[in-house]
Amino acid sequence: MSTTPLLQAAGLRKTYPTGGSRLVAVEDLSFSLYAGGALGLVGESGSGKTTTVRMLVGLERPDQGEILVQGAPLAARTRGRAARLARAKAVQIVFQDPYLSLDGRISIGATLDGVLRLHGCADRPARAARVRELLAQVGLGAREAAALPRGLSGGQRQRAAIARALAVEPAVLVLDEAVSALDVSVQAQVLNLLSDIRRDTGIGLVFVSHDLAVVRYVCDEALVMYRGRTVEHQPVAELLAAPQHPYTRLLLASVPHPGWDPEGIGRRRRELASSQEAAS
Amino acid sequence: MPLLSYEDLSVLLPGMARPVLDGVFLQVEAGEAVALVGESGSGKSVTARAALGLLPPGASTGGRVTVDGCELIGADAATLRAVRTGKASMIFQDPRAAINPVRRVGDFLTEALRLVGGRSKAEAEARALELLAAVGLPDPPRHLRQYPHQMSGGMLQRVMIAGALTADPRLLLCDEPTTALDVTTQAEIMAVLRALQQDRGLGLLLITHDLDLAAASCDRIYVMYAGRIVETATAAELLAAPRHPYTAGLLGSSPPLHGAPQRLTPIPGVPMGLLESAPGCAFAARCRFARPGLCDQSAPELEPAGGRLVACHLADTVLSEVDR
Repeated sequence: MSTTPLLQAAGLRKTYPTGGSRLVAVEDLSFSLYAGGALGLVGESGSGKTTTVRMLVGLERPDQGEILVQGAPLAARTRGRAARLARAKAVQIVFQDPYLSLDGRISIGATLDGVLRLHGCADRPARAARVRELLAQVGLGAREAAALPRGLSGGQRQRAAIARALAVEPAVLVLDEAVSALDVSVQAQVLNLLSDIRRDTGIGLVFVSHDLAVVRYVCDEALVMYRGRTVEHQPVAELLAAPQHPYTRLLLASVPHPGWDPEGIGRRRRELASSQEAAS
Repeated sequence: MPLLSYEDLSVLLPGMARPVLDGVFLQVEAGEAVALVGESGSGKSVTARAALGLLPPGASTGGRVTVDGCELIGADAATLRAVRTGKASMIFQDPRAAINPVRRVGDFLTEALRLVGGRSKAEAEARALELLAAVGLPDPPRHLRQYPHQMSGGMLQRVMIAGALTADPRLLLCDEPTTALDVTTQAEIMAVLRALQQDRGLGLLLITHDLDLAAASCDRIYVMYAGRIVETATAAELLAAPRHPYTAGLLGSSPPLHGAPQRLTPIPGVPMGLLESAPGCAFAARCRFARPGLCDQSAPELEPAGGRLVACHLADTVLSEVDR
């Protein structure tokens, strides 16, 4: 077993211009993800989760810091076909809304076939076999392969998006709120699928979610972000049993449970915001 | 008499294989918080909208819906107006889609107060300030002058609640009011709704897909599947011992936050669409307890079982012994 992390983020910082000043979206973010590992990124809107994901897949370039995939820097800029294909094999992403991320005019089977062809599989029967294998891996069959995205249910579309991401055998799969829009009963099917894929392939997962229970189910480590900073990074079990940072404690108290007291949450949140402002 | 009452409400749309709603019974008393839980396409939003007399175009209906004694099915325009402007208000999932983005928050709040309530501009603004304070916004005079894009989703949802209160309603219909919000913001919004329910004695119907949220914030829960109520009980009873296989399946599908990690047991298949129908129980095709010759033949009625109402042929057998 190699000790080089699949994915390593070191000192990432990203700012955006806002009027005269710069908004710090992500500050000093570092983590390592090893083969077969799963890291949950947790935080509220505006915490920097999405900016982090966009940097990991190369849609944004960090102002500072470095992203390494299997020890090699993720190219800041890709020039030419080979570099683009190499990056695609490093990190793949599944977005929240498969309606927007799948091409509505192309059948699921043809979508997967196109990915394989692009990545150099010239043999048509071999591609067809691989498409069947990928679909079987996510629990889809011949009917779904022939269907357009609109002919599938939300859960089936998300499975198809996962199959497309797996087609290039990436080192890391990033899931950006990928189960949030699904019905509970269907979400459970996709969550089980993700844990099977992790067990069977050794792929690394970066799982972005606002739902702590779902993060607990999929991930072994969780990184909590608050206003762009990492406030806590722990194994999930410890994070839930003994949260260290006040924001993590607030997050846990906010989850509806029997005997829930939502009245105190607003006050605790304002106290936290003012104490964080005083500290920075 | 209950504040909100559905009696055997059915809604049929032309071209659909099954009714959108099929014999819905549901009641909300004044000062009570009740949840209606279901997945997408189950008919829960259609149910809520029917309480304002808002039905899909071309729908044919059966049964009754009353709000504070007013019958809404087949009601004339004056009755509908009386209910919508003085008895019941609705809060939607996405405040950005429900509030006009090019008008100030103050215009949104004072429009109904002036047009319906007959208040002067100054009186309407004074009332709007009161309402903004009541929903816990920090600086009401400033918010009156703000545009929706200048507010966060949580703040704008509070504005929508304030807007719903301009009618001085007795009933609040909340259709997934926190689904688009962060979990901490969700808690804050639920605290506002709970205060309105408890301090002002409003009846609250919470439409949600989240069984944990329903149980944490409501007294009673109705579970809906394919346009029918399949189980109703107090929140505590429902969570402790579900009697309908669908309710049990929903609970088995949500990962727990505490306790020993276990593999989830999802409900197989997908919820029934409006273009599908079944001669028997709509859930039979996904139910691991379903008995051929019984469940796929006749639709079960909502009947007493285990101290609550359940629509399942096997309510007294399969889940009665199971302790979760």
